[in-house]
Amino acid sequence: MYNKGTIIPGLIIFVLIVMSPVLYNGLKAGSVPKPEPPPGGEKQCVLPVSEMRDKHMQLLNEWRDEVLRDDERVTVVADGKQYRKGLQLACMQCHTNKEKFCDSCHEYASVKPYCWDCHLTPAQQKAALKKETH
Amino acid sequence: MIEKTLKGKPAYWIWLAFLGVFIAIGAACYIRQYLFGLALTGMSREVSWGLYISQFTFLVGVAAGGLMLVLPYYIHDYKAFGKLTILGEFLAIAAIIMCLMFIMADLGQPLRGLNMIIHPTPNSMLFWDMVVLLGYLSLNVLCGWVILTAERKEVAPPKWIYFFVYTSIPFAVSIHTVTAMLYCGLPGRHSWLSAIIAPRFLASAFAAGPSLIVLACLIMKRVAHFDAGKKALDKLSTIIMYAAIINTFFVILEFFVGYYSNVPGEIHTLQYLFFGLTEHGHTYNNLVPFMWMFVFLNFAGLGLFAYLKFKEGSDMLLGAACIMIFLALWIDKGLGFVLGGFVPTMLGEVVEYYPTANEVGITLGIWATGFFLVTVLYKIAVGVEHEIE
Amino acid sequence: MDNERRKFLKIAGISALAGIGAPAIAKLTSTAAIAAGTEGHAAGDAPHAEEAASGKQYGMVIDMRKFIERPELLDQAIAACALAHNIPEFPPDKKKSDIKWIWKTPFENAFTEESATHLSKTIEEAQFPVLCNHCAHPSCVRVCPTKATFKQKDNGIVAMDYHRCIGCRFCMAACPYGARSFNWEDPRPYVKTINPDFPTRMRGVVEKCNFCGERLALGLQPACVEACKGSGAMVFGDINDEKSEVRQVLAKEFTIQRKPSAGTKPSVFYIV
Repeated sequence: MYNKGTIIPGLIIFVLIVMSPVLYNGLKAGSVPKPEPPPGGEKQCVLPVSEMRDKHMQLLNEWRDEVLRDDERVTVVADGKQYRKGLQLACMQCHTNKEKFCDSCHEYASVKPYCWDCHLTPAQQKAALKKETH
Repeated sequence: MIEKTLKGKPAYWIWLAFLGVFIAIGAACYIRQYLFGLALTGMSREVSWGLYISQFTFLVGVAAGGLMLVLPYYIHDYKAFGKLTILGEFLAIAAIIMCLMFIMADLGQPLRGLNMIIHPTPNSMLFWDMVVLLGYLSLNVLCGWVILTAERKEVAPPKWIYFFVYTSIPFAVSIHTVTAMLYCGLPGRHSWLSAIIAPRFLASAFAAGPSLIVLACLIMKRVAHFDAGKKALDKLSTIIMYAAIINTFFVILEFFVGYYSNVPGEIHTLQYLFFGLTEHGHTYNNLVPFMWMFVFLNFAGLGLFAYLKFKEGSDMLLGAACIMIFLALWIDKGLGFVLGGFVPTMLGEVVEYYPTANEVGITLGIWATGFFLVTVLYKIAVGVEHEIE
Repeated sequence: MDNERRKFLKIAGISALAGIGAPAIAKLTSTAAIAAGTEGHAAGDAPHAEEAASGKQYGMVIDMRKFIERPELLDQAIAACALAHNIPEFPPDKKKSDIKWIWKTPFENAFTEESATHLSKTIEEAQFPVLCNHCAHPSCVRVCPTKATFKQKDNGIVAMDYHRCIGCRFCMAACPYGARSFNWEDPRPYVKTINPDFPTRMRGVVEKCNFCGERLALGLQPACVEACKGSGAMVFGDINDEKSEVRQVLAKEFTIQRKPSAGTKPSVFYIV
């Protein structure tokens, strides 16, 4: 092998850089978070839990396009219960605990959805309502 | 061939470091803008495009200008340009990369840029502009590299490459035509809504691009012992002259249409750019000095070129003429055209635009990146030239 | 070895190009895209042809006589809109970041094509409400490179998808009415009273009047129209439906539109 002196240290530096996030956390990512169930005690969702866990982002994208782009605002019925399509209109109605529900997983997985740049969290909505009535 | 960029005289490294400082300043300014938003620029609801888009528009022209070397050599077999076509191609590469950087700097949501491809929209001219710019960039990378490699090996370029070389000719025209169509298809913006925009863009492009190449040749003659040849430079200055004269002619036509017809919408922007527009007793004229500078540089540059046709002149004079024409066209298209188009606003008001320091920092950073790329690419081209000599 | 590597690089390069281009090509060649492309040209080609009314097109008649009589009505309408849509209010030193959905302007600015010579005193002093015209042939929709702004099929509203907008501001250059605003910075700190039922916007996207699509879906009138309820200053409805209230008003009164020469066929009419 030519240039052994530069290639091997180079490779080592490369591997170290690639592994830096893992090494930074000291191989301890912490325990897998358990999102808090809805405080109101609802057991039903628009889809079974396992599917929601996998696909909630796709579902939200679909709903968004349907409501916003195609004006298909028809409600979703699951197990006899009606839901309006939307993050604020459906999801957050039950999951009023955004910090303990959404954020717990997203922070763990280092996912930064931009939902809350525009949409109001239940806590912010509550605060806004309070301000309005005063 | 890339290794040629790693060896150079101290002057080469000092120049690159000098550019590097501006690139670093530009990057820091961009990070600020990325984190805070475009409110750091001077753009407003009324003047919604500023320096970034105007530089983009001008640089598309610089990229298309390389055509004035490729076309005579490949179509008309004008041998004197043999050494220079690669310079045109490499300049186009750097200019288009600058264009793309200016577009990214201008986007409110740069991370969503790929939406242009995920949701392609053929009725938008911006979609087609992306298509032709990326196409022209790839064609120049491909043709430039293949032809330079063949030259280095002292063999004829492979036959298949000529297909791409010939394709790049209509592409060069199309990048500037489609860029003109961004503007000239908008109802309500009178100064842009003119069928002469695309030809005017092409004319100024065919002067600005070659001016920069002549300048580069003159500099490289001094610092890198690269001789483009007198015949080639003479021909190029003729091309620059004609193109700049045609551009001047088109600008004068705009004046005629506006002031002779006396249609207010046709006059307002010209009035604002060259004389200042008065509204509620206040005269808005922040671009007036620039536009008269354009007039002066344009005619002085043309005069100097004409003088050089009759009298033997020095390289310095030729360089000065090129700088004048380049700067004149930069003011004409890189400032006046885009910024003037927003005055008056759609509601007939006058709102002036002043770029902020941060915005100027980013703009200079991107220009420095462009010069950096041109330097490095020309280093390769000249290096290959010297190698085979 | 060298040959192998070259071959690999070639294949990798071609696949990468194909990978990037494929979704665009797949979408462009689909029948929906082709149909959408021809749709735009079908109507209104002949300049003097009677408008082919097809489908619903929400529109509005603004009766300036009422607004001149009661100038406070317009302030109410603007305030109702700002409240309904969480429109920020920037301090005077940040005026260039302004967001406007519906706002006031004098006659000569609202109607730049009309003569403003020797105007009557009332008109000269009047403040005209201006807003998105929800045009039948919107130039903003034509230029958008991502379909982030589009015409809603079932009601003709020119809508915005803030999730898709890349912030190129081509639509702002193209709108002949100056009806579009850009979020130059995060607007939320400048929203005075937050309406919990409507989102705010993020920085870097364009926004404008949405004819209160969210209220129409609930069977309500647009917020500005509701704010002038009972006065008849603003009448809202389907301008393609002969029996609608707007059409009754249009049939009775002489109305003008902003910049008809732009060919966009605006849906907002003014009784002056």
